[in-house]
Amino acid sequence: MKRAFPILAVLTAALLSFALYEALVVAPTDQLQGDVYRIIYYHVPSAWTMFIFFLVNFVASVVYLIRRNLKADAVAVAAAEVGIVFCTVVLVTGPLWARPVWGIWWTWDVRLTSTLVLWLIYVSYLILRRFSSGGQMPVLAAALAVFGALDMPLVYFSIWFFRTQHPQPVVGGGGSTDPRMLHIWLINWAAFLCFGLLVFWSRYRLEVLRREVEEIQAMESLREA
Amino acid sequence: MTYLYAAYAATWIIHIAYLATLLSRYTRLRNEIRELKTVREG
Repeated sequence: MKRAFPILAVLTAALLSFALYEALVVAPTDQLQGDVYRIIYYHVPSAWTMFIFFLVNFVASVVYLIRRNLKADAVAVAAAEVGIVFCTVVLVTGPLWARPVWGIWWTWDVRLTSTLVLWLIYVSYLILRRFSSGGQMPVLAAALAVFGALDMPLVYFSIWFFRTQHPQPVVGGGGSTDPRMLHIWLINWAAFLCFGLLVFWSRYRLEVLRREVEEIQAMESLREA
Repeated sequence: MTYLYAAYAATWIIHIAYLATLLSRYTRLRNEIRELKTVREG
């Protein structure tokens, strides 16, 4: 992976550039919203990528709770951080689309509020990891991640179960999406997913390295004592 | 178009800011490793 990383990074940059070109130039203009609808080519793929990383965090947390596997714990923290970054993008690009289309930046609708709660849960997960110490910290963090993941189905299915202002789902929602739009969505998702995976890999390596350094520092302190 | 460009710019600002924090953490760790090596050799 270490050798392939620069090649993958270049390929991802090319894919992201192509996806940007498709979103801004190739995608047809929406009859009702005009060009501002193109925000969803970043908003929706970011949301899908966010779900994937929070799901990885959930699975890794469960594995850690069952097996006390340190690698699973490192995967969980890396996935949570990258998931939060994508969630932040969702929470920023959403209001930038809503303002010209709905006339408001924000509304306390179920989809929007549950997404904000999801972001707050994972931020508190990282705060817990950052500012508490002791052997029980990873267990507490993993338990929080498992409970936090319960918000994910609520975010995802809220537009099916509740009356919300948020638009219906792009895929599987019964609406009629132009096939060209769907195609460009998928290209953008592939690009953001590749980018997210590279960032996740870097964050995971950083976490492993950090733990190794901490271990060596602890051993040095013991030796000095 | 202002909102569209603002959204695309904000997306990349967020990603680049996160990458910058990763880079700074890597640099800090590398310095710690160097210090540890110096302590061990000294």
